[in-house]
Amino acid sequence: MSGGNPDVVIIGAGIVGAAIAERLSAERLKVIVVEADCAGSGATAAGMGHVVVMDDSEAQFALTAYSRRLWQEKEACWPKAAEYRRPGTLWVAADAEEFAAVEHKHAWYGAHGVQSEILTAGDLAREEPQLRPGLAGALRVPEDMVVYPPAAARWLVERARRQGAVYMQGARVEHTTGSVVTLASGTVLHTGGVIHAAGAQGGHLPVTIPVAPRKGHLAITDRAPGFLRHQIVELGYLKSAHGHETESVACNLQPRATGQVLIGSSRQYGVHTAAVELPMLHRMLRRALEYMPGLAGLPVVRTWTGFRAATPDGLPLIGRAPQCEGLWLATGHEGLGITTSLATAELLAAQMLGREAAIPAEPYSPSRFGEKSAHA
Amino acid sequence: MPEPVTIILNGERRPVAAGSSVAAALLTMGVAARRSVSGEERSAVCGMGICEECRVMVDGRAGVRGCLVTCRDGMEVRTNG
Ligand SMILES: Cc1cc2nc3c(=O)[nH]c(=O)nc-3n(C[C@H](O)[C@H](O)[C@H](O)COP(=O)(O)OP(=O)(O)OC[C@H]3O[C@@H](n4cnc5c(N)ncnc54)[C@H](O)[C@@H]3O)c2cc1C
Ligand code: FES
Repeated sequence: MSGGNPDVVIIGAGIVGAAIAERLSAERLKVIVVEADCAGSGATAAGMGHVVVMDDSEAQFALTAYSRRLWQEKEACWPKAAEYRRPGTLWVAADAEEFAAVEHKHAWYGAHGVQSEILTAGDLAREEPQLRPGLAGALRVPEDMVVYPPAAARWLVERARRQGAVYMQGARVEHTTGSVVTLASGTVLHTGGVIHAAGAQGGHLPVTIPVAPRKGHLAITDRAPGFLRHQIVELGYLKSAHGHETESVACNLQPRATGQVLIGSSRQYGVHTAAVELPMLHRMLRRALEYMPGLAGLPVVRTWTGFRAATPDGLPLIGRAPQCEGLWLATGHEGLGITTSLATAELLAAQMLGREAAIPAEPYSPSRFGEKSAHA
Repeated sequence: MPEPVTIILNGERRPVAAGSSVAAALLTMGVAARRSVSGEERSAVCGMGICEECRVMVDGRAGVRGCLVTCRDGMEVRTNG
């Protein structure tokens, strides 16, 4: 970047900020990325890297399907550390009612051009012998992926830097408007625009936004190559992920490139401390064991938590912040921000550059909650 | 000093101080507990069951934290280093 003020300051180098930095620097905008910790920390370091097409609403589908395609287009670029693989998803049905959901999902995906196949109980037992007997079947979505998000974020930041972006690590934003960013160090940056990509954190913003932290627990086992082949998600997940109970758990199992099994996950509102809570961890592991009893034989070597940035309607906030000239939002991705990061960057870039985007951006516009976002 | 006990480390009989943990015995002998994904040797760090770096196989059981197990006569210990 040559002298003068930047066109844009991006707050946060999680996967979302990193993807935006890569995209905007490719457009020759002068970009500064300000990150309080290090690239790919925050929820990006904590979460599971399941890149998954979702069908819970047309808008969620459009964003996830578009973004999965973008992940795939970059297939040859990802460094080995990003552990990009395509094991596919198995949406597992425990009973006849959930199997009906499998059939419905299959038809829905088919009508929307997403490949999927129905597995009977017998097929399922052959594909994943560690699942307990007696499950009803599953839907396989073969093109869903798994990545290691922090490494992908670091690579995006590196690429942004090669394209001319300036990356400030260990620099916390204390306060921002749409044109002036004040760092904790006292440094003041004047800029053409500001993009808030700080995940579940928003204390530095001049307006309040409808984002609440939703805590999740995870556990990872020792290496057990071949134990699990697909990302496995119980279909009951749909109820717990999108319901609004304050606490829930669902069986979500991911095979890592190392042969480890990543076990998720829980969802809690109203908790702001990152400590692992044993009762919650216990519930989550119990749920996993109900589906895969053999997990009991694998030592768990790490447990941790992370915070999803949840919005009232489950869709992210991508676009201009109401009531603050120059401020743009890219947050609120809840449990799908790894998946939807690349599409978020495309949508935001299109809006900032006044171009047409590949999918309609209105469903994710922060103004859908009205202009009511109050001044803090 | 009490009599040493003998463990079977990767198939070899090795005398170790009575009362020492498996992790301490390995450190004393200069033998790594395991290897990381990228092939680096790893040994006990915390000595109190938290870091999981000291994992070895004990009497056929994988993933045992060596710092939490006391050496016994005839105990079979395998490292994957
Ligand atoms: C348990 C769990 C499981 C998940 N599983 C999946 C999954 O399988 N698939 C999927 O697609 N998504 C998943 N997610 C969601 C995904 O991890 C997040 O949506 C995504 O990481 C959000 O990225 P982000 O860049 O918006 O935020 P973050 O990763 O939180 O990054 C925000 C960054 O901003 C920085 N920051 C914050 N405040 C400031 C400040 N004032 N100044 C400077 N920097 C600041 C932080 O240090 C951080 O690096 C999961 C999340 C959790 C918690
Ligand atoms: S040395 Fe840390 S767990 Fe054993």
